[in-house]
Amino acid sequence: MHPAFSVLIFTVTSGAGYGLFALMVLAQLAGLNALQDSTLLLSGAVLALLMITIGLLSSTLHLANPKNAWRSFARFRTSWLSREAVFAVLFYPVALLYLFGIYAQGSELSSLYSACGVVAALLAMVTLFCTSMIYASLKTIRQWCTALTPLNYLSMGLMSGALCLATLQALLQDGLSPVLRSAGLGLIALGAVVKLIYLFWIGKPAGATIKTATGFTQASVRLLDAGHSAGTFLTNEFGYTVAANKLLRLRFAMVALAFVVPFLLLMQGHAAATVLAALLALAGLLVERWLFFAEARHVVRLYHGDQRT
Amino acid sequence: MAKLGLVVDLDTCVGCHGCATACKQWNTSGTIGPLSDKDPYGRDPSGTWLNRVRTYEVGDTPNSKTVHMPMSCMHCEDAACVTVCPTGASYKRKEDGIVLVDQDKCMGCNLCSWACPYGARELDPQAGTMKKCTLCVDRIYDEKLPQAERQPACVLTCPTSSRVFGDFDDPNSDVSRLTRERGGQQLMPELGYNPVNTYLPPRNKKVVESYQIKPSLGATLKQWVNKVITR
Ligand code: SF4
Ligand code: SF4
Ligand code: SF4
Repeated sequence: MHPAFSVLIFTVTSGAGYGLFALMVLAQLAGLNALQDSTLLLSGAVLALLMITIGLLSSTLHLANPKNAWRSFARFRTSWLSREAVFAVLFYPVALLYLFGIYAQGSELSSLYSACGVVAALLAMVTLFCTSMIYASLKTIRQWCTALTPLNYLSMGLMSGALCLATLQALLQDGLSPVLRSAGLGLIALGAVVKLIYLFWIGKPAGATIKTATGFTQASVRLLDAGHSAGTFLTNEFGYTVAANKLLRLRFAMVALAFVVPFLLLMQGHAAATVLAALLALAGLLVERWLFFAEARHVVRLYHGDQRT
Repeated sequence: MAKLGLVVDLDTCVGCHGCATACKQWNTSGTIGPLSDKDPYGRDPSGTWLNRVRTYEVGDTPNSKTVHMPMSCMHCEDAACVTVCPTGASYKRKEDGIVLVDQDKCMGCNLCSWACPYGARELDPQAGTMKKCTLCVDRIYDEKLPQAERQPACVLTCPTSSRVFGDFDDPNSDVSRLTRERGGQQLMPELGYNPVNTYLPPRNKKVVESYQIKPSLGATLKQWVNKVITR
């Protein structure tokens, strides 16, 4: 699949924003000492909203006809994209109320504002889940059509969110809180495990072949002529192919950038190291998302000559 | 209630691209038109098509056959392209099963084209909206046309009558009969979209041996001498 840059930016930044928001509310309500600080809470909520908003705006960039974007709430009952849009919009008023609560009452929130925080955190996770289901529900792309996809999106969102939270906390209060540090380390480890399982899983051949695609299941089938003399919408969108050795190099880069180096930096626990860990992880997740698209092979490729997906 | 669709005969299709061209010609001024082209007379022309013909070699020589496979929307019964569409632009009509895109509602998100296994949907970059086969809905019901012409443009134009249009819900229609008698099949049925269009497999014909080249008299003699000497 052709990786659209706007979609990469969208899923990575809004994923981190939703993860940051959800973790922050959770940690604050759980009574974590470091989070009973209204400056930290305010800046965390603002940063999260900013990242989410940048992400959502970026997501509209890949629409060919954005003037109809408002219609995307219409098919809530069947379309995950519609559900994503609805929950993303519902998130805002509740999150803003929570933000106002912190502004007005500091970290000692009344139960109304706390409830807003919980609901917003839930909506954040639900939105992230809906985003992942847009991909996971496509039977045409076997690399996406798996429960590993939502697991992937949720764990990466929480991981990058935790690193953003750790960064803010380390910068605003001097020194990284040990609880946030171990939470960050744990989530990086979880993200790495999920990603490695995913990479292993997509390596196994499965799904439709050129034989089932053309209906000639008893014989070998080869494409002789794709029927067009120049690129088409289909070849642009689905024909995206990257050399195997480049994919491998990028996989290594992703594992190093997104997981290994941030993990080592976070073990240090200095504020500067934490900031660097968060930035590197976000860059690594951009590579991760790029690979998520570049390694996904749509079944329409079978009609263009691929033997299997 | 009807289940309209096409039967494509892979035995007789000669791969002339007539259906694709007639489709483009009719639909570019039809209900969802125009079907825009980029650089149409230049070096690298590309454009929006609702029907494309690809050619495959099936089997190995000498038992191989060249198969031309025209593909347009299959008007699937379980059309995920409709399910995933967030705006409601894509819909499947109750009365005849035709899958259409409301050009006024589409936001050009491409998701339906991702959901379609058959490459039937193409985004028109100039309009910013998704285009697909309409089953020539603006022909087949047009009472101003003579009865015989109330057929999709691709069907009318096909010089070998390899495309047949009709109602699959009617067991006596041409499409139902052909599918029954010739073992018409769905493409990629394992994805579960339940496409309405069927493809008739090529008839089994006996293999025609290509003629054997007889060696010249001198060469035969040489071979024979070689055999004798090595012994
Ligand atoms: S062929 Fe593709 S576009 Fe047509 S109904 Fe089926 S899934 Fe939808
Ligand atoms: S491109 Fe248009 S028709 Fe297709 S899913 Fe998006 S809004 Fe619906
Ligand atoms: S039925 Fe009409 S729109 Fe569909 S492929 Fe044939 S000519 Fe094109």
